[in-house]
Amino acid sequence: MKRRPLAPRIARGLVILALLAGGIAMIFPIFWLISTSLRPAPELLLVPPRLLPEKWTLDNYAKAFASAPLLLWLWNSLVFAVVSTIFIILTSTAAGYIFAKFRFPGNNALFLLVLATAIIPFEIYMVPLFLQVNALKLVNTQIGLILPFLVLSYGIFFMRQNTMTSVPDELLDAARIDGMSEWGIMLRFVPRLLAPAIAALAILAFIQAWTAFIWPLLILSKPPLFPMELGLSQFANTRVDFGLTSAAAVIAMLPTLIAFIFLRRRIVEGVTLTGLKG
Amino acid sequence: MALFIYLRVIPTGQAVVMSFFKWELIKPAEQFVGFDNFTNLLKDDNFRLAFFNTTLFAVATTILSVALALLLATLLARFVSGRVGSFIELLYFAPVLVSMVPVTLGWREIFNFQHGILNSGLSIFGIGRQPWLSDPNMALVAVVILSVWKQLGYNMIILLVGMRAIPRIYQEAASVDGASAWQQFRHITLPLLAPVTLFVIVITTITSYNVFTQVYVLASDVQGAPGRLVRVLVYDIFENGFRFFNMGYAAAEAVYLFLIVIVLTIIQFRFLKGSAT
Repeated sequence: MKRRPLAPRIARGLVILALLAGGIAMIFPIFWLISTSLRPAPELLLVPPRLLPEKWTLDNYAKAFASAPLLLWLWNSLVFAVVSTIFIILTSTAAGYIFAKFRFPGNNALFLLVLATAIIPFEIYMVPLFLQVNALKLVNTQIGLILPFLVLSYGIFFMRQNTMTSVPDELLDAARIDGMSEWGIMLRFVPRLLAPAIAALAILAFIQAWTAFIWPLLILSKPPLFPMELGLSQFANTRVDFGLTSAAAVIAMLPTLIAFIFLRRRIVEGVTLTGLKG
Repeated sequence: MALFIYLRVIPTGQAVVMSFFKWELIKPAEQFVGFDNFTNLLKDDNFRLAFFNTTLFAVATTILSVALALLLATLLARFVSGRVGSFIELLYFAPVLVSMVPVTLGWREIFNFQHGILNSGLSIFGIGRQPWLSDPNMALVAVVILSVWKQLGYNMIILLVGMRAIPRIYQEAASVDGASAWQQFRHITLPLLAPVTLFVIVITTITSYNVFTQVYVLASDVQGAPGRLVRVLVYDIFENGFRFFNMGYAAAEAVYLFLIVIVLTIIQFRFLKGSAT
């Protein structure tokens, strides 16, 4: 083994140390939130604050659960995100497949429309969307909350690209010759070929719904309907007890943190594959 | 498809239509007012302030998060690999995936004037306490810090994927020819990475122009009205539409926001196309 010269190795070590230090600084706010949530009230006001609480306590959590329906909000978020993800996958896969494999009048024009709306941020059309939902008398309902999250323009585009690259026509023809119905092909056969893309899209859709904020804020005013993000912000807005708000924030953050720890590879892959964030 | 048209196409078209009307929640399409909404907006101090704040925020966040991400991705691609590398990547990527409201609350504590750890930390360096969350200018800085922190890992990962796709052979050839590390970066990595960098810049700009959640949670004014301390465009739309129920006016504002985003995207495409050739 040839040893590399010393200077570059020292430089490399220093770079790694600097990157590690920066990385630790990056997760510090998350650590700090958790650390704050475990402090008894008097320690919250210490100047300068200590890194770790002197006396650990779970009082803040007990108080947080007692003063806000945190579990209900988590449940609302979960239902919202799961339903939205399922619908987005169904609509995107079917529409993507049709755009990729069928020629029909207006095909291109319609697809351009999808592409155009994919780059329009939600904030642009949220006012008319609200009026539509209002006209349907769906303000302050779960259905009204979920409605805009049933389709994802980018998802249609993404699935179309994936269908074009990984579902060859020959395979479709073979399936037809084997006597599979067109519906069977669209709903069972094609999705199986697209499993990795669907997983990536599912992650994107789930994150998007879980972190949605402005739409729930517009459409919901009854706390029992709130998803976690909105509930937490309204909860923290009226309170100055940092121990209490931190505990609630940690509870809100925990599911994403756990999901991240277990699924990190897949999530990072999904994010780079779809190239889009929620 | 019908669902798609109902939920995406109609609202967008409607936004444009509404922007020409005096349109209120209970009295829709009351009166056609032509471009009045648009011209009134230009004279509206709130809108001008929001436009100014959002632009400042977007420019600062985009430049900082893309430049830092470029630096990180370069260092990671060049010096670190294997398990250490992916561990470091994870540390930087973590903020992207934890949801916005909880971490904003965490930052709210860090920025606290009295006992926040940031002011304590700064005092070690002899820097006095900063009113991070009560002074509008400082609050804008605070929101930028938070947003760069949140965006950085995403930009880094995308750039890193782009860098790893550049065949190593180019760099090796260049170093045989005696090119320095900087020259390699400047003349090989950067031009080949231009499309990815463009993508990251465009995404960050669009995301930044639509900033809302972190401002809403972080920057309450003295009366505790969320988001009012640092007025940004989406907040202003929200307030006009849903507090004053001036839907047409809010829609016009959304159209402005859309135009800004479109124009910026086109400019960035032109600019990077120009510099790449």
